[in-house]
Amino acid sequence: MAYIVVFGPLLAAIVAGLFHRQIGVKASMLITTGLTILAALGSAWLFFDVAVGGNARTYQLATWMAVGSFDVSWAIKLDTLSAVMLVVITSVSSLVHVYSWGYMAEDPHRPRFFAYLSLFTFAMLSLVTADNFLQMFFGWEGVGLASYLLIGFWYKKESANSAAIKAFVTNRVGDFGLALGVMAIFFVFGTVSFDEVFAAAPGQADTILTFFGIEFAALELIALLLFIGAMGKSAQFFLHVWLPDAMEGPTPVSALIHAATMVTAGVFLVCRAYPIYEMAELTSAFITVIGLTTALFAATVGLAQNDIKRVIAYSTCSQLGYMFFAAGLGLYSAAMFHLFTHAFFKALLFLGAGSVIHGLHHEQDMRHMGGVWKKLPLTWGMMLIGTLALTGVGLPLINLGLAGFYSKDMILEEAFMAGAEGIPFGFLAFIVGIIAAGLTSFYSWRLIFFTFHGTYRGDQKTFDHAHESPWVMMIPLFLLAIGAVFAGMVFRSDFVGSGALTFWGESLPAGPYAEGNYGPGAEGHHPPTWVLFAPVGVTAIGFVLAYWFYVVKEGLPARIAAQNGPLHRFLSNKWYFDEIYDFVFVRGTRALGDLFWKGGDQKIIDGLGPNGVAATVMGGARRIAKMQTGYLYHYAFVMLIGVLLLTIWLIAGVGGQ
Amino acid sequence: MLGQLPILSALVWLPALGAVAILVLRALMRGEDQAALERNARGVALFVTLFVFALSILLVIEFDASQAGFQFVETIPWLAELGIGYRMGVDGLSVLFVLLTAFLMPICILASWKLEKRVVDYMAAFLILETLVIGIFCALDLVLFYIFFEGSLIPMFLIIGVWGGANRIYAAFKFFLYTFVGSVLMLVAMIWMYLDAGTTDISVLLTHEFARDAQTWLWLAFFASFAVKMPMWPVHTWLPDAHVEAPTAGSVILAGILLKLGGYGFLRFSLPMFPDASAFFAPMVMVLSVIAIVYTSLVAFRQTDIKKLIAYSSVAHMGFVTMGLFTMNEVGVQGAIFQMLSHGVISGALFLCVGVIYDRFHTREIGFYGGLVHRMPVYAAFFALFAMANVGLPGTSGFVGEIMTMVGAFEYDPRVAAGAALGVIFSAVYMLTLYKKVVFGELTNPRLETATDLNVREWINLGVLGFIAIYLGFFTTPITATTAASVEALITQYQAALAAAPN
Repeated sequence: MAYIVVFGPLLAAIVAGLFHRQIGVKASMLITTGLTILAALGSAWLFFDVAVGGNARTYQLATWMAVGSFDVSWAIKLDTLSAVMLVVITSVSSLVHVYSWGYMAEDPHRPRFFAYLSLFTFAMLSLVTADNFLQMFFGWEGVGLASYLLIGFWYKKESANSAAIKAFVTNRVGDFGLALGVMAIFFVFGTVSFDEVFAAAPGQADTILTFFGIEFAALELIALLLFIGAMGKSAQFFLHVWLPDAMEGPTPVSALIHAATMVTAGVFLVCRAYPIYEMAELTSAFITVIGLTTALFAATVGLAQNDIKRVIAYSTCSQLGYMFFAAGLGLYSAAMFHLFTHAFFKALLFLGAGSVIHGLHHEQDMRHMGGVWKKLPLTWGMMLIGTLALTGVGLPLINLGLAGFYSKDMILEEAFMAGAEGIPFGFLAFIVGIIAAGLTSFYSWRLIFFTFHGTYRGDQKTFDHAHESPWVMMIPLFLLAIGAVFAGMVFRSDFVGSGALTFWGESLPAGPYAEGNYGPGAEGHHPPTWVLFAPVGVTAIGFVLAYWFYVVKEGLPARIAAQNGPLHRFLSNKWYFDEIYDFVFVRGTRALGDLFWKGGDQKIIDGLGPNGVAATVMGGARRIAKMQTGYLYHYAFVMLIGVLLLTIWLIAGVGGQ
Repeated sequence: MLGQLPILSALVWLPALGAVAILVLRALMRGEDQAALERNARGVALFVTLFVFALSILLVIEFDASQAGFQFVETIPWLAELGIGYRMGVDGLSVLFVLLTAFLMPICILASWKLEKRVVDYMAAFLILETLVIGIFCALDLVLFYIFFEGSLIPMFLIIGVWGGANRIYAAFKFFLYTFVGSVLMLVAMIWMYLDAGTTDISVLLTHEFARDAQTWLWLAFFASFAVKMPMWPVHTWLPDAHVEAPTAGSVILAGILLKLGGYGFLRFSLPMFPDASAFFAPMVMVLSVIAIVYTSLVAFRQTDIKKLIAYSSVAHMGFVTMGLFTMNEVGVQGAIFQMLSHGVISGALFLCVGVIYDRFHTREIGFYGGLVHRMPVYAAFFALFAMANVGLPGTSGFVGEIMTMVGAFEYDPRVAAGAALGVIFSAVYMLTLYKKVVFGELTNPRLETATDLNVREWINLGVLGFIAIYLGFFTTPITATTAASVEALITQYQAALAAAPN
């Protein structure tokens, strides 16, 4: 079964990618979609077998590299952590495959698109089922490739091509860290296998590694380097710049790759390597800081974006920040829980946005929308559910709410408790998390009101032709909506509650909440009641403010934007990251390249070397040109003279000794 | 089964025989139909190279990978009183290079199928080149090695000088000047070694202990030659010019095989024969390697000529080789060998990709192209594959060489690995930018409207190379198991020599 799950999508990608001319468009779409759905069913089965049934196991497939002690294999590792990821990946992927039948219906390159989607699915599956760091790196870069191909899918568009390159290169910056981390792991542990490394990690607590003259605790350094990789893939502060631009790709891609699966790989990495992170306090604190910074930063930028997809992209970025600061605080199971629920409601929001874009004939700018809920009632309903889930609406004391309510609140409450226990930045994470939750509520409702309510601001013809999406697009939305509503409620106990003690097996610790309340010798582990209400409270405030600005005082935000005050400029320009990076890195690289080429190679090396020699000794290339028929002799002749001279010199030299 | 047959001599001399046959054919057909003559010349060349390739496969199959020493050894006395002989043999370090050479040659012949200028000479030159290059990897005698090593320059020199582009004279001259200076110094060192050891037998020299002071000078002399061949920074500037002017097949051989001579030379001579000097100079080599990787990657980014860009990228990738070799740990050295073989396949394929569009439009200017994917989708797919392999994407052979050399380098000094890893970022920058400019975007240049996709010949060439690049990306043991015993022996001997040396 595991083989079908992992290699089914690969097979589909190969067949659809290479033979679509022979088998036709329909067949290519059928085989990719069919095999991905099959993989989803298989994953569900594996989830019950592995996570619920507790049958963790690893299949060894083949040797990848075997050089001395550097021994790396291809494997499928199944434990609860990978089983959770399998379910997320294959279920969202198959829904996105189905959705794309409708969304991409008019695209002439559908087979290529579906082949890429399946290729991505395979790469992601090989990432999460790796049993060693190097195979994970394979999947890691593989999803980067698929992301590159899919962002640049509409290759005629210059902006799409640039965004694709930006995504790949920014990810490579992260991979630079990850690769070095893997090297450091091999250097310290002599292996890259997860099980062996994690078993040996406690024994390496005092190992010191010198890097650029600085002495690091080896585990801290490894943890930091791995985290740099995670920052790239999961679009964390400093390396987030590619994610908004990645929205150039078709919307189903954004839902699959840039919301539900690939961008969560960084969180998965930190959770997978938690035995290392538990030993690395400084790096964990660093992760917390980066995570909370991202959560806040992305939420502020999300306030001032006008492209419907970019708002959701920044929202993704922000939610990933939540997952990271949870992981940084040691709340691995809570981070995974949020990853799990987030996959459903964020994919729902993206596909819903796709439905809007589809219905409005590829209009993405919210300034040209408004009041379209009558035209797109079902989409509107689904987006509402997604928004309620994202903002974490629910009733604290009786514990009833949508998916985001359980997972986000769990993170915030446990961050508070972590702060109370003295874990660095715990309180800060809580406070920033609360603020960001308020901002999340504001920008999410802003999106809803801006898009669906008020008066229509676009071109009338588009509005008249606006239409609800076909069923093939709506059904995935319904299914995701079910997940967005119930995923938290149903799985709370298993992920972070009483069931977590057995659910995770050896793949993750159950987390302080489960251990403190249900574990052996549990003494109860509850934050004060006001902490429970704080997230819901700020969510309500965000909603009211958004309602005020975008419904009651409709038109006011546009006037504010028109004034273009410094704060607005700062936010709508995304804190000027792109401008700064462009100036420093892009231009810097170009300038350095030119300097080395024209200055180094041409002036210095060639100038002093061959050209200089040519000019002086040989009298310039012109004379050589005259002799062009005599190369062979010329060469042999010079050789002969050289040999003669040297022999004479040698004999004289040897004789002189 | 092949123990008694001189298979290495057959491999070496068969191509030369083919060349003679082609030239004889020309003499016989003088005044007759020239088209028929050219057809025959192509046919003979293809047949001979394919036959040699088959023979080399047999060689690898018969090769006993568990043995570290030389196999299929042939010895014929020749100037015996001087200690010089015709000695041939291969070990794990060289046998796969023989295979690589024999493999790339038929591809080169196929790639040159439509050549019109002096076809007979061209085919003969390639066959002679094959003889000389395989000879380099099989030679077990200094004199023999030197003859092959230097001799290989001549056909390459002619291929650039006769069939090259507009500025071929300058390029050929530059190529000659660089390699010549290096070779002369190597020759001096070889003569010194002969005088010191009294023999030119490489297998004896490998066990001969050279005095520590002498090692330094000998190492430097060999280094001068091999560094140019690699090429290492800062003696790399001949390569972009040579590539730009060389015909497509010439570039394939240059990048695919001739660049590996330097690395092979380090493995055969510098590291085992001068271990103390190698250890002494290793830090310098590491610094030069990292500079090569970072510096030339940045230079590649600014190129406007496709071939120049790929040539600079080759220099960067050879930086990984020198870095891996001088780590002198198993992962590093194995990685370096892997990287050389993999680069032979990938860079060869990339130059073929350039050749495909050069044949159609006769320009290598990046600005001329754009939007090729609209007219040449299959070509676009292959180019994407090799671009990604060049970038070192896991799942292609390019990744394996890079990661293994970097893992080895990390053990040597983490800073070196970090520097090399920087190059991995830049490689993505220049390669993807190139790909975007040439293949993606709107088709704006009207001259590209008529572009036709790959023909069968091009399809076969790129298909075979693509298959290998991916296969070796997933399954590396066919290569590393073949080289393992010899590499282990090399390292053991090296460590023993260092341990024995007085500090």
